[in-house]
Amino acid sequence: MSPATILAVLLILSSVAYYLGRRRAFAVANQAGGIRYLHSRPTYYGALTALWCGIPALLLFGLWIAFEDKIITNLVVSGLPQAIRALPENRLHLVVNDIKNLVSGNIVAGEVTATIQAAADHYRNLKAISNAALAVGVLSLGIVGTGVVRSRIRSTLRARNLVEQLIKYLLIACSCLAVLTTIGIVLSVLYESLRFFEAVPIKEFLFGLKWSPQMAIRADQVGSSGAFGAIPVFLGTFLISAIAMLVAVPIGLMSAIYLAEYANRRFRDIAKPLLEILAGIPTVVYGFFAAITVAPFVRSLGFTLGLDVSSESALAAGLVMGIMIIPFVSSLSDDVINAVPQALRDGAYSLGATRSETIKQVVLPAALPGIVGSILLAVSRAIGETMIVVMAAGLAANLTLNPFKTVTTVTVQIVTLLIGDQEFDSPKTLAAFALGLVLFVVTLLLNVIALHVVRRYREQYE
Amino acid sequence: MNDGDSKAKKVERRAIDIVHQGLSKRYRAERRFKLYGLAAILMSLLCLAILFISIVGNGYRAFQQTYVELEVFFDPVFFDQENLSTADYGGLVKSTLRKMFTEVKGRSAKRELYKLISPGAAFQLREMVLKDPDIMGKNIYVWVPADDDVDMLLKGYFNTEVAETSRRLSDQQLAWIEQLREQGKIEKRFNKTFFTAGDSREPELAGIWGAAVGSFFTLLVTLLLSFPIGVAAAVYLEEFAPKNRWTDLIEVNINNLAAVPSIVFGLLGLAVFLNFFGFPRSAPLVGGMVLTLMTLPIIIIASRAALQSVPPSIREGALGVGASKMQMVLHHVLPLALPGMLTGTIIGMARALGETAPLLMIGMVAFIVDIPGGFTDPATVLPVQIYLWADSPERAFVERTSAAIMVLLAFLMLMNAAAIVLRKKFEKRW
Repeated sequence: MSPATILAVLLILSSVAYYLGRRRAFAVANQAGGIRYLHSRPTYYGALTALWCGIPALLLFGLWIAFEDKIITNLVVSGLPQAIRALPENRLHLVVNDIKNLVSGNIVAGEVTATIQAAADHYRNLKAISNAALAVGVLSLGIVGTGVVRSRIRSTLRARNLVEQLIKYLLIACSCLAVLTTIGIVLSVLYESLRFFEAVPIKEFLFGLKWSPQMAIRADQVGSSGAFGAIPVFLGTFLISAIAMLVAVPIGLMSAIYLAEYANRRFRDIAKPLLEILAGIPTVVYGFFAAITVAPFVRSLGFTLGLDVSSESALAAGLVMGIMIIPFVSSLSDDVINAVPQALRDGAYSLGATRSETIKQVVLPAALPGIVGSILLAVSRAIGETMIVVMAAGLAANLTLNPFKTVTTVTVQIVTLLIGDQEFDSPKTLAAFALGLVLFVVTLLLNVIALHVVRRYREQYE
Repeated sequence: MNDGDSKAKKVERRAIDIVHQGLSKRYRAERRFKLYGLAAILMSLLCLAILFISIVGNGYRAFQQTYVELEVFFDPVFFDQENLSTADYGGLVKSTLRKMFTEVKGRSAKRELYKLISPGAAFQLREMVLKDPDIMGKNIYVWVPADDDVDMLLKGYFNTEVAETSRRLSDQQLAWIEQLREQGKIEKRFNKTFFTAGDSREPELAGIWGAAVGSFFTLLVTLLLSFPIGVAAAVYLEEFAPKNRWTDLIEVNINNLAAVPSIVFGLLGLAVFLNFFGFPRSAPLVGGMVLTLMTLPIIIIASRAALQSVPPSIREGALGVGASKMQMVLHHVLPLALPGMLTGTIIGMARALGETAPLLMIGMVAFIVDIPGGFTDPATVLPVQIYLWADSPERAFVERTSAAIMVLLAFLMLMNAAAIVLRKKFEKRW
């Protein structure tokens, strides 16, 4: 039975359990002298039976699926001859990969020896046994659960309370997933980063000036020394984000001011959704736009002005990223400006200030914390943006602040280091996780500060 | 008292005069400021317009493809009656071409001639024979796709002014195409392949169907996981959660997760789902799980807003007639909040449909020709397909990338329109 069929059978089983439980409740009620002697309505007895049939079995199913592969792999490895098991970890990893490829019928990199073939058969056997065991385990657990609950149904069983308790635990479990995700991110990124920092000192990573993430396969290879100084990467990220903010902040802020203070209702109703379309366009589309339309335009413009513009200039990527970020700045600032009490404006008007003077000297200072918060959120969005820079910015890590040159960013490096086949013990791959850690920490800090600033400001007028 | 004196002075310099003096300047500043605001909005709308125009302008021609009419004689000598699928269909196409242009002699000239037709022509003939073996020995007119360079020429992207050596089509080839055009044997038709085929290295054979199916499977996993979990989390946090440190922590977490860069979720998926749990690479199942983690905060936040908009009187009414708290929520509050939750879910799904970066991390960028048939088959998704095509050097792929973007944007608009309709239809003012 495939895992999907097991799930389907389990679903059918728990609906059967529902009817069994309900019927049992009716029977018990009739014995006791009528349905009003039941503690809860019969459906609750059914639901209780179904839940106890489904949930434990589902838990077993999830755990099994999650750890099946690891356990089988370990078993297969321990079944390999001593000579192969004695190989260094990365070579062993390749052998295991070969076995798995053989099992799934893919092309195998190494040659298929008899031992590998035997191991693959072993793997296949174990997999079949595991599947059968899973089916038996899950279904019998479901049946046992049904039987136990069904046998316990009495007219005094507080089925409704039990069902509600169970549902509540389910709800709690779902809401904890957010925390689990965060923990998962932190642990996975941190763990791989720590492995990276074992190979490359953290000081060199954070303050080194040369980024060329290669690792030699042989010690005597030309250009074998990889360099993992991330300053050029950080600087590139900073440069592109700065260009993006130079585009997005004035345009976004002025749009927000116009929409909040000047525009009539009709204009607002048309312009605001149109601006929001900009936020809904997938970033890969912006990336294509940057690479195909904006970059050649910037390049030819630079050429006519006598400037030497690289075809993957930071300027093109930054400009397009700025366009993408406009709606983030404008919609958040719009909210903030609208939250400034009308009384402040009226006060300024009554002193004879014009509208723009009121905005510049009263509204904006009052809304400043919120605007700063929205800009910080936009900055974090710019730093974490991936597809635009992957498609329009370059790979070369130049230590420069010249917007016409090619620079690279943290996200570009993560993508290029991790696309394709990876081995998880080379600093080259692990470097991506270290960059990811930096990215996560920086964006998290920006978000926390921004949310804090926005919230504190909101309380001032409420 | 020298009232008169001071009055005379006041007449000389009243405050209003100072105001008047600066007034025109201030009004000008006012008009300028307003203009800046308008310009900013128009500027961003202009960017939007340029974006759309450049994509539509680049891509609309991809919905047509150049086809060439061949008069194929299905010569029985080509076929092994036992096994029709292994015949030399490429040779059949070549011999047909040689018959059409009998004047072509010499190896290199012939090779140039063969290049006019897409390698897909052989597959097309094979399909025909397998479908109907009776066409053996007959003369049949078949429209087969032309090579992408020919396609580009007919669509007017080809610069024939360039020196022959740096062109992808030689003068000889141009002459043949001209000859075909005069005979009416070459024309542009609706590009069905684009909507029915998987990926290919040949632009004229590449389609988005494989990616669309991959997107469908991935989004299905995302929806099945994120909607129940998101709604459950929102219900707990909004209706049941006590105010304590733990629930505060959960809330802060959700808000922060909503702003974590999407690529970080890809790192999580790579490290946890692929490396730790050993799930298959490039699978829609894993892609859906990663996107679930990414869309959950969006759905939770929207669902909580929907729950908040249900008035307390409904809760009190339910409790008043003796419902338990769970009954109150499940029977009364949740159904009323459901349209709002669905709207949020659709918007979250739209976000997930356009997402690329985390899927790159878990290997959904592989070159996959086959149409995926399940949740664990190797697959790619529409945005990743766009990314892959955008990287291809052929001119014809630029056009197809733009067309794929148009399809993706059409789906997104459809989803957002559905969300708006849903909101309008079920929006209640209490």
